[in-house]
Amino acid sequence: MISTRALDGLVLAALAAFPMVAPGYLDLGTRMAILALCALSLDLLVGYCGLVTLGHAAFFGVGAYAAGIFAVRAWAEPLAGLVVGGLAAALLGLVAGSVLLRSRRLTLIMLSLATVLVVQEAANRAAWLTGGADGLQGIVMGPVAGAFPFDLSGRVSYTYAALVLAVSFLVFCAVIDSTFGRSLVGIRENEGRMHAIGAPVDVRLRAAFVISAALAGVAGALQAQVAEFVALNAVGVEFSGEILIMLILGGAGRRYGALVGAPLYVFMQDYLAREDPTYWHLWLGLMLLAIVFLAPGGLTAWTSGLARRMRRAHA
Amino acid sequence: MAETFPLPSTQRAAEAPILELAGVTAGYGATVVLEDIGVALPAGSALAVLGRNGTGKTTLMRTIVGQADLHRGHVRFDGLDMASEPCWRRTRLGVGYVPQDRDIFPSLTVLENMTVGARPGRWDTDRLFGLFPPLANRRRHFGNQLSGGEQQMLAIARALALQPRLLLLDEPFEGLAPALVETLLRVFAELRRSGLSIVLAEQHARLALGMTDEAIALVRGRIALEAASHALLDAPGRLDDVLTVQQTVTTPKLQE
Repeated sequence: MISTRALDGLVLAALAAFPMVAPGYLDLGTRMAILALCALSLDLLVGYCGLVTLGHAAFFGVGAYAAGIFAVRAWAEPLAGLVVGGLAAALLGLVAGSVLLRSRRLTLIMLSLATVLVVQEAANRAAWLTGGADGLQGIVMGPVAGAFPFDLSGRVSYTYAALVLAVSFLVFCAVIDSTFGRSLVGIRENEGRMHAIGAPVDVRLRAAFVISAALAGVAGALQAQVAEFVALNAVGVEFSGEILIMLILGGAGRRYGALVGAPLYVFMQDYLAREDPTYWHLWLGLMLLAIVFLAPGGLTAWTSGLARRMRRAHA
Repeated sequence: MAETFPLPSTQRAAEAPILELAGVTAGYGATVVLEDIGVALPAGSALAVLGRNGTGKTTLMRTIVGQADLHRGHVRFDGLDMASEPCWRRTRLGVGYVPQDRDIFPSLTVLENMTVGARPGRWDTDRLFGLFPPLANRRRHFGNQLSGGEQQMLAIARALALQPRLLLLDEPFEGLAPALVETLLRVFAELRRSGLSIVLAEQHARLALGMTDEAIALVRGRIALEAASHALLDAPGRLDDVLTVQQTVTTPKLQE
């Protein structure tokens, strides 16, 4: 059996190898890394806490706007922007979590939906700050850490995004492997019992909300910096749904689910849009349906089931 | 009980009850399950809660731990009024609860189930595996891969990992093979030796009376009988009246 440590190493190796394998697709790889980070942050809520939300784009978007505005008005250094984006989203996560976590299930989904709409409308109205419907323009990023300027080939962008994803993945693993992370799984499976073994459920869930929001904010900040632009639909309901689809595709509540689902989704989107610019949405939908039917727990659940069957056959 | 164990809070009078229920009326929402319950459990002793199905044994447990609604009366733990304490705080104060349906987390391993709420103290992982050797062999198995008996052991181990001073056991022997009942009886004796106070809800009166100091029997949410366990063992007839002929006793109250 392959150990978790080896698979973690494989993930990092794949990130490092991508530019060698597909040097012409660095922009696509950057997009994959950013969305993988966003799906990863959502997994903490959906997969581990068992809280389904359709509001994750709010955190991504606020992170993007915060980093973008910071770059335009204060300092164009990307790493500082990441911190600003993460903190802004974490703050929103703290506020939204305190309100949203009073509810569960369908009510929570509706409230999370409302959160995105509120944030989006706020961004739309505050055009003097955010650019409104035209998007936030005029971002000119400085070199990363003052030494690596973004270049046209996308090599620096990719390396930057991949490194941020790698670090975030390690943070994510540290969280889910900790007792805190195990207690989130306990809350998902039996909230009452978790209470009865001394866990302040509300506090734990709020903490998970803040961590998740912060990671999504970092992803948003990356997006703003790499694109040097923030579109209003970065805080859209549609984007929230897309993140959820990527996660479910890869497998929610599974260590590598987001890392498999998001790149696959981006790849299929890109490939189909090139092959059939008219009907590509249809094909994408059909493929998603097929995957959901054939691998109900997500692709990573399917592969680990396959590995288990093969081991049993060998034994 | 003669075997008392030095507990951090036994500065006060030796007879100060670790658990005290006074005039407790409790239930779920507007539904009343328990009425006018009064219990005082001295530290280090064990209380049997007897009664047939649906007489309120589980609700009594849940009232103590804070998962049922207390309508009237007081629940005091170690002198502290628990009414306003949420469930998780009560647990941290030292009330361990092993529910009847065990509630093992299926996608956590045996070890993770034990450590997810664990706090440092006497009952560390090594000692718990020593208490339940079968669990040690299965520490990497997931909660949903365990037999009923293993789940019961794990539920008790998980509660002990919280370092409780009072342990609530809700029908721990239900559905277990005789050999496992033997194992649990040995564990129970060891827990008592350690000075842990215990409330044991049980339908099998003989089994429960043999392990406890005091007993109460519930009928329709009220205490119908209260006596020393050994006295009831010596005079089983007294219990039969309460546990089996209760229809005639309670019929007049049906219209209440």
